[in-house]
Amino acid sequence: MTAPAYSKKDFMSDQLIRWCPGCGDYSILSQVQTVFSKLGIRKEKYVVVSGIGCSSRFPYYMDTYGFHTIHGRAPAFATGVKCTNPDLSVWVVTGDGDSLSIGGNHMAHVLRRNVDLNILLFNNRIYGLTKGQYSPTSEVGKVTKSTPMGSLDRPMNPVSFALGSGATCVMRSIDILAPHLRSTIEAAQEHKGATFVEIYQNCNIFNDGAFASFTDKAQRDDRLLFLEHGKPMVWGKTFRKGLQLQGLELVIVDCETAEDEAACLAHDQTSLALAHLLAGLDPDQGFPVPLGTLYKIDAPSYETQFKKQAEASVAKLGAGDLTALLHSGDTWTV
Amino acid sequence: MSNPSPTPERVVVRFAGDSGDGMQLAGSQFTRTTALAGNDLATLPDFPAEIRAPAGTRGGVSGFQIQFASKHIHTPGDEADALVAMNAAALVTNLTSIKKGGLVIVNSDKFGRIDLGKAELETNPLEDGSLSDFVAFQVPISSMTREAVEPFGLNRKHADRCKNFFALGIVYWLYGRSLETTEAWIQKKFQAPFLEANLAALRAGHAFAETAEMAEHQRIVGAADFETGEYRNITGNMGLALGLTAAATNSGRDVFYGTYPITPASDILHALARFKNYGVLTFQAEDEIAAVCAAIGASYAGAIGTTGTSGPGLALKAEAIGLAVMAELPLIVINVQRAGPSTGMPTKTEQADLLQTMFGRNGESPCAVISASRPNDTFEVAYEAARLAVKYMTPVVVLSDGYIANGAEPWSIPDVGSLPAIEFPPAPTDPEGFLPYQRDEATLARPWVVPGTPGFEHRIGGLEKEDLTGNVSYDPQNHEHMTIVREEKLKRLQSALPEVTPFGSDKGTLIVGWGSTYGAIRTVTERLLSEGHDVAHLHLRHIHPFAPNLGEVLGRYDKVLVPELNRGQLTMLLRHTFLVDAECVSKIQGQPFRTTELHERILSHMSSTEVR
Repeated sequence: MTAPAYSKKDFMSDQLIRWCPGCGDYSILSQVQTVFSKLGIRKEKYVVVSGIGCSSRFPYYMDTYGFHTIHGRAPAFATGVKCTNPDLSVWVVTGDGDSLSIGGNHMAHVLRRNVDLNILLFNNRIYGLTKGQYSPTSEVGKVTKSTPMGSLDRPMNPVSFALGSGATCVMRSIDILAPHLRSTIEAAQEHKGATFVEIYQNCNIFNDGAFASFTDKAQRDDRLLFLEHGKPMVWGKTFRKGLQLQGLELVIVDCETAEDEAACLAHDQTSLALAHLLAGLDPDQGFPVPLGTLYKIDAPSYETQFKKQAEASVAKLGAGDLTALLHSGDTWTV
Repeated sequence: MSNPSPTPERVVVRFAGDSGDGMQLAGSQFTRTTALAGNDLATLPDFPAEIRAPAGTRGGVSGFQIQFASKHIHTPGDEADALVAMNAAALVTNLTSIKKGGLVIVNSDKFGRIDLGKAELETNPLEDGSLSDFVAFQVPISSMTREAVEPFGLNRKHADRCKNFFALGIVYWLYGRSLETTEAWIQKKFQAPFLEANLAALRAGHAFAETAEMAEHQRIVGAADFETGEYRNITGNMGLALGLTAAATNSGRDVFYGTYPITPASDILHALARFKNYGVLTFQAEDEIAAVCAAIGASYAGAIGTTGTSGPGLALKAEAIGLAVMAELPLIVINVQRAGPSTGMPTKTEQADLLQTMFGRNGESPCAVISASRPNDTFEVAYEAARLAVKYMTPVVVLSDGYIANGAEPWSIPDVGSLPAIEFPPAPTDPEGFLPYQRDEATLARPWVVPGTPGFEHRIGGLEKEDLTGNVSYDPQNHEHMTIVREEKLKRLQSALPEVTPFGSDKGTLIVGWGSTYGAIRTVTERLLSEGHDVAHLHLRHIHPFAPNLGEVLGRYDKVLVPELNRGQLTMLLRHTFLVDAECVSKIQGQPFRTTELHERILSHMSSTEVR
């Protein structure tokens, strides 16, 4: 059945939204609702699964099927849903604490299995729902209620983690870049397999401005690198710079001419090595923040093979006859 | 106390050898032949936790015990009438489990200096009087096997591997068994030259026993009186797997089994993984938590979500089970208990997870709890778990344990057509006015509307639900109301349960049990009855909720005794629920009750205190 023409409104639930005013989650919710209305998927086929945290309230605000589960485990629930009914379009909404701290294990495994899920990780580098403790993505020395002398933990890099786990599609966007976020969410649905989307999301209450150094309007154009497959990796408005490969490192070069730009390294989204280099770029060292598709390869999705094994079993052995099964092996009659 | 009769009612035989000696194989072959001869039987393997302990050491000893009888029996037996020991370590580790005067057949080739050293023996038990209480036959099994297979050109290692068949041949002769079944099996299983060699070893063992002076030890056990029908041997784990498979074929829904390997539950996964063409989906998750979460996700999407584990895994799944309580989704959780706490003794049996199962979750979080009691009721129990989980939209925990899981006994194969229907909560048809928590009036189950159903889009989750709408609610009255409704749902389940009837006397002492103590309690009860005591046995399948008439039944007796392999967990529930002065008969050694010990302890309880 083809999907009717939906509007964003069709995906807005009747529930009062309880995020703090000014939270980045509002923008993400709005973009997701818009994109859902345009993907050509029937409304009843969408399932939004979440864990625990501010972001995980998300399903309540979507007028689709939704399951608000327990802390860190959304990927496991979503795996059960998708394997049971591969026709569903299953979305996982999670945060940095939910998916990388308490749920790090499940995130690693759902990515390596390549279950066809769209995973939206709202990274605000703080614990919001528990009122402001540092998270696994907080910078070293973060002063919070739980770390009055500064946090000691070194942060983890979500995108490197995803790549290291064997993800087949890794993307990044930012809450306030509405058009880019929409196109990223659309691209996530297009990928068959697990899609990992890190979304930088501002928590204006407990970690306001965490991404301001590259999201403020004044600097944004000179700090963000929008990746396009096959195109040279160049950026900047007040200046033009590009990336080149020197040895095993990416380096920044000035681009004064179109020739200079063309000489820069072209993005290859199928290169795992390049994806790792891009994931590791440090904005504090003057590097841009890469956005878009860092990595994407084709690989069989888990639930497809899961169902295929069941079908192959039926093809080989026939649809199971319970009576025959119970009477199989060594039996005797009295 | 050996049985002097040449035709005893029952015999217990134990095979023991090194892990590599093929004792499980010999035991299972003997079991098949015994079943086909029409005896009732019960078996229990006893293998080491180590996968491959060093050969010849005590840690590497693998055993298999079978009791077979011409009357109905309920356990694999206490002490054995006969032991086959393939080396020194097997002999010394099993000698305490043999009856005084019992038959001991040892492979005398395996008692050299090195063998004794590996078995940590300073003197040779064949010479130091260790066997003086037994009728011992020293048989050079290894060398006689080598001789028997010599024509087939096997190297020494391969020739040695045939010795379990030689030993089996001896045992077959001792119990008047035909070689036919095992010969046919060997012919199917092996190719030349191993086929001929194994056949030769088996026949040589049989012929040896016939010519050796064993005639006075031959015992013939007549066929038991079984109800007509077709039978097979079944282990507890296989019964659970088949019960779940029946739930898939009879419900028309997939059974999704999400699990993480854990002793002694893993064999359920191994069985189900081969039943994909029956609508069984198996998922080996990254951990216990993911296993149950994936199962709940599967239930949400319309399958019958199931997970299996043992005690430590149940602890990890607790939070997720609470979500299934809140979301009111069907879920089956199988807990094949083992000795704890913590890692405990994974290959040993215990019943100490009952209170964890009942109460080991945050909040008021009631689940149905049902318990298997023997290998041959596991099929029914698994099927019933599925039926209840779906009908009442609730998690159901199935308790089994290591003793049931690995033990085997004959199972009367049920007629598929006679299995009760698996009923679903009524499905709403009109999206207009649909309320996800509007309940069926009789069962209080909420509707099971799965994603993909047009017009019924709704949200569920772990936050408290508003009655009817399922919206998030912090309303105090609503929370109390919903808590009571979740409890009431299980009371509705209770009212549909069959009444229980004790076996034995209608007055005096009632022995109440649950789980794998069934066989020992029933055997002891039969004995006490034959000794003239007023005693009865009641074995509970339904633990939460209890059978509707349980309180009334308990009230009929002067004394209630509860043998259990824990420190009194069912006892606590009975005392709490019914204000009955139940006394626990506790054992916590990782081993089942022996019938002799239980008989003694129950007698002592019966006489120690005044009747109320």
